Order: sequence, then C-alpha cells, then structure tokens
Amino acid sequence: MTDVHSINLPYGCRDVPILKERGQREVFCGLTGIIWLHRKMQDAFFLVVGSRTCAHLLQSAAGVMIFAEPRFATAILEETDLAGLADAQEELDRVVAELLDRRPDIRQLFLVGSCPSEVIKLDLQRAAERLSQTHAPSVRILNFSGSGIETTFTQGEDACLASMVPVLPDTQKRNLLLVGALPDIVEEQAIRLLSDMGIESIEVLPASHTDMSVSVGVNTVFALTQPFLGDTFSALTQRGARHIPAPFPFGERGTTAWLRAVADEFSVADDIFDRVTKAPRARARKAISRAAEALNGKSVFFFPDSQLEIPLARFLTTECGMTAIEVGTPFLHKGLVGSDLDLMQTGPVFSEGQDVDRQIDRCRQAMPDLIVCGLGLANPLEAEGFATKWAIELVFTPVHFYEQAGDLTGLFSRPLRRAERIRSLAAE
Amino acid sequence: MKLTVWTYEGPPHVGAMRVATSMTGLHYVLHAPQGDTYADLLFTMIERRNHRPPVTFTTFQARDLGSDTATLFKSACQEAYDRFQPQAIIVGASCTAELIQDDPGGMAETMGLPIPVIPLELPSYQRKENFGADETFYQIVRALAKPAEKTIEITANLIGPTGLGFRHRDDIREVKALLADMGIGINVVAPMTSSPADIRRLPAAHFNVLMYPETAQSAARWMERELGLPYTKTIPIGVNATHEFVQEVSELTGIKPYINKECLHFPWYSKSVDSTYLTGKRVFVFGDGTHVIAAARIARDEMGFDVVGMGCYNRETARAVRALAHEMGVEALISDDYLEVERCINAVSPELILGTQMERHIGKRLNIPCAVISAPVHVQDFPARYSPQMGIEGANVIFDTWVHPLIMGLEEHLLTMFRKDFEFHDEAGPSHHGHLAVTPLDERSYHGSKEDNNSNGNVIWLPAAEKELKKVPFFVRGKARRNTEVFAVERGMSEINIDTLYEAKAHYAR
Repeated sequence: MTDVHSINLPYGCRDVPILKERGQREVFCGLTGIIWLHRKMQDAFFLVVGSRTCAHLLQSAAGVMIFAEPRFATAILEETDLAGLADAQEELDRVVAELLDRRPDIRQLFLVGSCPSEVIKLDLQRAAERLSQTHAPSVRILNFSGSGIETTFTQGEDACLASMVPVLPDTQKRNLLLVGALPDIVEEQAIRLLSDMGIESIEVLPASHTDMSVSVGVNTVFALTQPFLGDTFSALTQRGARHIPAPFPFGERGTTAWLRAVADEFSVADDIFDRVTKAPRARARKAISRAAEALNGKSVFFFPDSQLEIPLARFLTTECGMTAIEVGTPFLHKGLVGSDLDLMQTGPVFSEGQDVDRQIDRCRQAMPDLIVCGLGLANPLEAEGFATKWAIELVFTPVHFYEQAGDLTGLFSRPLRRAERIRSLAAE
Repeated sequence: MKLTVWTYEGPPHVGAMRVATSMTGLHYVLHAPQGDTYADLLFTMIERRNHRPPVTFTTFQARDLGSDTATLFKSACQEAYDRFQPQAIIVGASCTAELIQDDPGGMAETMGLPIPVIPLELPSYQRKENFGADETFYQIVRALAKPAEKTIEITANLIGPTGLGFRHRDDIREVKALLADMGIGINVVAPMTSSPADIRRLPAAHFNVLMYPETAQSAARWMERELGLPYTKTIPIGVNATHEFVQEVSELTGIKPYINKECLHFPWYSKSVDSTYLTGKRVFVFGDGTHVIAAARIARDEMGFDVVGMGCYNRETARAVRALAHEMGVEALISDDYLEVERCINAVSPELILGTQMERHIGKRLNIPCAVISAPVHVQDFPARYSPQMGIEGANVIFDTWVHPLIMGLEEHLLTMFRKDFEFHDEAGPSHHGHLAVTPLDERSYHGSKEDNNSNGNVIWLPAAEKELKKVPFFVRGKARRNTEVFAVERGMSEINIDTLYEAKAHYAR
C-alpha cells in the first residue's frame, strides 16, 4: 500500500525529534506483568491491593479463565477499608495471614500497589516491612506498584525487579547478571551461548526460585534482555553494578550485537565468539529469510504498548526489509534503546505517549500494510481492512535470541499470509 | 478487604460499558486511570466486535493527580463530543476516579453541550457489573423516555439485551419470532441495537418484554410505574416457560396465545426411549439468577433430572433463587467465590454441572461434565451459528447442549459391563468426545483437598472393598465412597468391607 523508498536516508535515529502525545492512552497498566512474572517466579505470590477492576483486569488479560488456582490474587478494597486507613493495615495483615496459611509453598510475597491503593495512600512499604517481620524467615515480603497512574504495562515487571534489587545479597565477585523475565527455554539458550564462550558466574534476575543465587556488587556487570527495565537499571547502578549497553537480542543481528557487547566485556576472542555463534546465526538467518518473504517491502505502524516497539522496529526494518511509518512507544528511554535507534534508518516518526484517536487518524492516513497494536484496537482495525498483529503476544511468546528469530518473524508475517490466503472469502 | 482470586462479575463501570457498547449514537465518557482501557478488549476480543466501544477514558496518571484532573475530564468530554457527535452522553467514574471526587456528572452538566448528558453514580466499592448495567440502562431510560402516543398496532419493546450477554443476540431473534407469530410487532429493542432516539420512542409500545432482569429490571419497573408500560415477568427459557410467556403476553394484550411448534423437537426428544437414561441424573446448577432459575426448572420438569444443588453469584436475584431451591429441597448457594462453588460441587458430586465457564473448568478438574448456561462469557459463548437460549429454538439448543457432555444411554451400560476392556473402559471417557485418558475424581490429587476431603480418616477401606469400589462407574464413584464412609461412621464402624459397601448402597438407594 505504501510506497516509501528510503534507500538514501541516513542511519541513526538517536537524535531525531520525538512526537510527544498526552491524550487517551489505550494501554494496560503495570499489573498485567503479574501474568508472566508469576509463571517465571515459581515460589512467588502476587497480592494486588486494589479494586474489583484490578481483579477483573488480571483475569481478562490472563486469557479470561484460569485453569489452576494461580499465584496471584486481589485484596479487594471495600467501603469499610476506605472509611478508615488504620483498619486497612490490619485488614492486610489478616488477608496475608489467610493467604499464606492456604499456600504454605509460597516463599516470596509481593504486595502490589494499584490505582486505588495509591490514591488513598495506603503505605504498602510499611506493610511489607511489618509483615516481613511476622513471616520471616519462611517468606520474604516486598512491595511494588503496578498501578496505572504510575506504570504502563511492562513497567510492572520493571517495578517488580527494581523492588528486588535492594534485597539481593552483596558480592565482590565479578559476575554477569542477565536482567529480564524470559521464558526458561530462551534463558537457557542465552546462558548456554555465553557459557560456551567461557563466561562464568552468570546469574539471572528474576530467578525462578527465591533460594537461587543472585547477587550484586561493584564488580557486577549486567545486560538487559528487555528494553523496559529503566528503574531496575537505576537500582542496579546504585548498587554499583555496571550496564553493558547493547541492542536488544531480537533477530540474528540484534542477538549477535547483544552477545558481542557482553563478549567484549569479558574479552572473548573473536574466533571463540564466531565458533559459538556461527551455527545458530546461520540457522536464525535462514529462518528469518523464509518467514520474512511476506514482510519484505511492506510498511509497519506501531501503536504504543510494551516498550518493545523500538527494538522490534529495528528488527523488522534492518532484518526483514520492512519500512516503519510510525513507531509509537509508551516511554522512550534513550539510555536503553539508544543502541537500537543507532541502527535504524531515519524516516519513521517516533512517538512517545498516546492520543489514541489522533493516532488512529494518522494510521488510517498512512495506510500501513501491518499494524502492531493492542487487543482493544486489533479487531476494529481488521474490520477496516488492515492487517494487525496483537502486541501482547510479543510479550507472552518466546521471541528473543537466535532460535526464536524465525518464530518472531512468523508472528509478524502470519497476519499478512492469512489475509492473502483468505482473500477470496466473500466480504461480510 | 476481600481476598479474591477470580470474580464472576467485573466492576459496575464495565456494566455501563456493556450498555453503551450495545447502543449506537451514545458515548460514554469515563473518568478513569490509565489501564482501565483493558475493558475494551472484552468487547473486541471476547465478543469479536468490529468497532471500538464508544468510550472515552480520561486515562489520568500520577502527574495529573498533582495538577488538575477536572480539566482533563472536561477536555476529554468536549473532544469526545466534537469527534463522535453522539445523540447523548453518559458520564461517570471508575473506582479510582470515584476516590478523587471530581464529580464528572456535575462537571459535564455545566459544559453546555447541546445534547442530553446523563450522569451515572455507580458505587465501585459496593456494587458490581450487573448492577452497573441495570443502573445505566435505567438512567438512560429515565432521562430520555417521555410519555408518547402508542403505536396503532400492538407492539412490544424487548429490553435487557447488552454486549457481553449470554446469547443475547440470538435470543432477540427468537423472542421477536414468538411475538411475530402472535401478530405482535416490535417497537424498540434496547439497549442492544438502540440509539438514544429509539429510547425516546420506548413509551410508544404497549408492553415491555423484560428479557434479562439482571440488566433491565430497574428500567422495566420505572416504565411500569411512570409510563404505565406493563412488562412480562416470565423469562421464556425452556418449553414450559415459553408456554407461560406466551400465556402472559396473551393476558397483557388480549391476543390469543399461539406457538408455532413445527420446529420444537425438545418434548419428543425428551420422551423418546433413548432419553430414559437421563432420568434422575444428578445436576448442579450455577450462574446468574435468571439463567439458573430457568435451567433448574428445565432440569427438573423437562429433562427429568434431579437438581442436587443450585445457586447464583449475583445477590440481586438471590431471593428468587432461594425460593426455587427451597421448592426443590436443596439449599441455595449465593456466592461469588468460585472456590466455594467448587467445594460445594465436590461435596454433592453431581453427574452434570450446568454453570458458567468457571464451572466448566471446575468440572474439568473434578472430571464432571458441564454445559454452560450463563455469563460471564468466554469467546466460545459467541458461536458463529445461531444458538439462542430463549423460545422454541432455544429449547432445542438447550436439549442438545446439555445432553452432549453426558455419556449416552447404552454406552453407559457397556462401560459398566466391560469395565476392564483395554480400550472401552471408564477412564477413556465418552466415545463421541474422542477417547481421553482422564484421571477419575477420587484418584487425583486435588488442590483444595485439605478442606474438601469429607472422608473420615478413622475409617479404613479394606483392600477387597477398595477394589470393589473401583468397579463402580467413575461418575458416581466419589459419591459412593463418601456415602459409604458416612454410613460406616454413623454406625461406629472402623473398617469398610464389601458388605459395608453394599449395605450403604442399599441404604442410600433412591
């Protein structure tokens, strides 16, 4: 549909002007992160202190129904809690005791702040400290905010990980911390690649169990696997750890650049790096090229969702032959996504924040071949004739590193291939 | 503070969204923090709606709380009017906005918009989704409907169908057909398919058909009181209820009752010999009050089942559910805690559950078949095919839907006869579902077992009795185990042998 030829445009988008929007935001709040965090951290329980809306959001975002009793719940504030705050703390003690009694397997409890708990200034930090004393040492109790007034979607994970940093044991050893909740299979692949290069003392935040060793200190270096971890980045920096800046490990080039940055930090020789990465690189390239046929020469428009937008736009434009028209992101943290911006050709509009109706106007005007957007917008835009990719799937699916590069490409190409296949289907 | 893992109903503003989304020409300006827009996906994904819900969220953030959320609301309201040009606007607050007390209703009224502005007061910390829908529809009707001249022909309004309702779309067509067969036309269907202009025309009808008390009871009562518009009290779900409904319509209109039974297959199917095996099947019924009352009556009077437990999650209909439960000799469970529902189901060990999607999952865990009869809805509750619950075709759909999860008559006997057959054994499940290896109820570790295990640890099953118990069909094995244990304990026995098992069987024989 679009015919934007950008062959002569220069590379490097770090300093292009950003379109800042402050209207209606069609995004999830940070509570949504609990959906994947509770699968990742297998002895943790997430107790949201909030309203019926919070509970309803969690069950709706979690795929509508739960199959087993999940390790998250909501302490729903009621009229009586709002009347007097002193009672709310006592109520919380009662609810936590009830919960831990029912789930003796829990080792780590997060009290998660919500919009209502923050508006009434319910002090969850104090609650966490008090409850920690009551339930130590069997359960560690921390708190963070997943509220919509403080956090957008994936920032919930950031807030959660940042809350864990101050309680990580101190270390003097030189260790590598991989930061970001990844599916186990992906995490193991990353660790295998780095171990094969001879890098030792690799630890992961968040770990799947509380008793697994994760420590931090002045000799710690850390690499982020997700671009939305700004607060965790700051918290780790405060503990003396040093960040390894790199593009994010999406696709073959992103993964190679990310691994290269870590390898350089550990002075891995080129021949070792090549030996370890050669076969998976070739596999990734092959998988991408096959799946990218449907993407080559097509245009893409990103609505803001997870903060993965910039690294993914980098991947689609530099590895799949797509043209980005607009890359919307809830927050643009140049310290984290700068390396990806550097690799991108100028041309796309970068927007931060959202005014959803205006953005839809721009999108309709631009007629992109593919729209990456949230679940609330996808079907309405499909009904207008656009091909869409639900952004949330990019957060819930294993998409990082070499072996998933083909799957990642497939997530974007499937809507286009599908539209092509059922083209003959009579319109409604 | 109430510890909640899962909830049957969303907050009241979601109820308001269900009303707004099912209408045209109406816009909802909702004062709400960032993140509350998740509710859009309920409509666009679960119901596969091809339009965004007509809702503008102010999506305020922490920085706005420090400055001026009131101005933010006003500009959102003005922009929504300018962009969407609705015939009327409803305004309200979600749970968080309720706390900051900006008074969206008051603010919107002072803006001088040239259309009706209807303020909603939905107490988020006391009430839930169904209340929100009912109250919103009531406020819209109250604000817009004014006395009007009746249509010349006898017409009815169908009131209650909304977005995210259980088969509302198809029920409308079915009820329209029932009325059309009696020569009664439709004035307005609302809220679904109506605009504010249509709401104004509501009083032109001769009576209202209240399809779903959950979402339109207040509006129906108000129209009866203020506009002299009577409404039907019978919900036409099931063969008997459909007859009663037609009778009620006849009494309201003076038109002779008539039902076109050409396509009604339920009564014959229920009488045919293959249905003998349905006799006395023990069913547990749970959902919203309206669907539960209808389902329990069908189960007892039209299917020949035994209702061994029933209840609803919405307190608004608790009284009626309790009354029917009393009549059926069971105690009603009024609860929105699915773990309590699960405990209750586990305790009565029904052979079939008629419930919501949550009971379907409970049934999967307990290995009890389930048919879904009520919201909260799942994407599966919006089938592409026509599948109403009301009227003639609704009855047919219900027969099929309820019978399908059960093991068919002869197959049940064969399973008992050839218990040890390697491919035709009870753990293989019904053949028409494909053979699934399932673990029977009493042999699986069940997460709630700590509190749910009714068995008395002091009674010991002797190996021979334990082996004999395994020969009892799996769908009643849990019940047999419990009954035998209770029987033994009551008689002060410490061991259960084969005789105890059969004595208990004789004791509890129906």
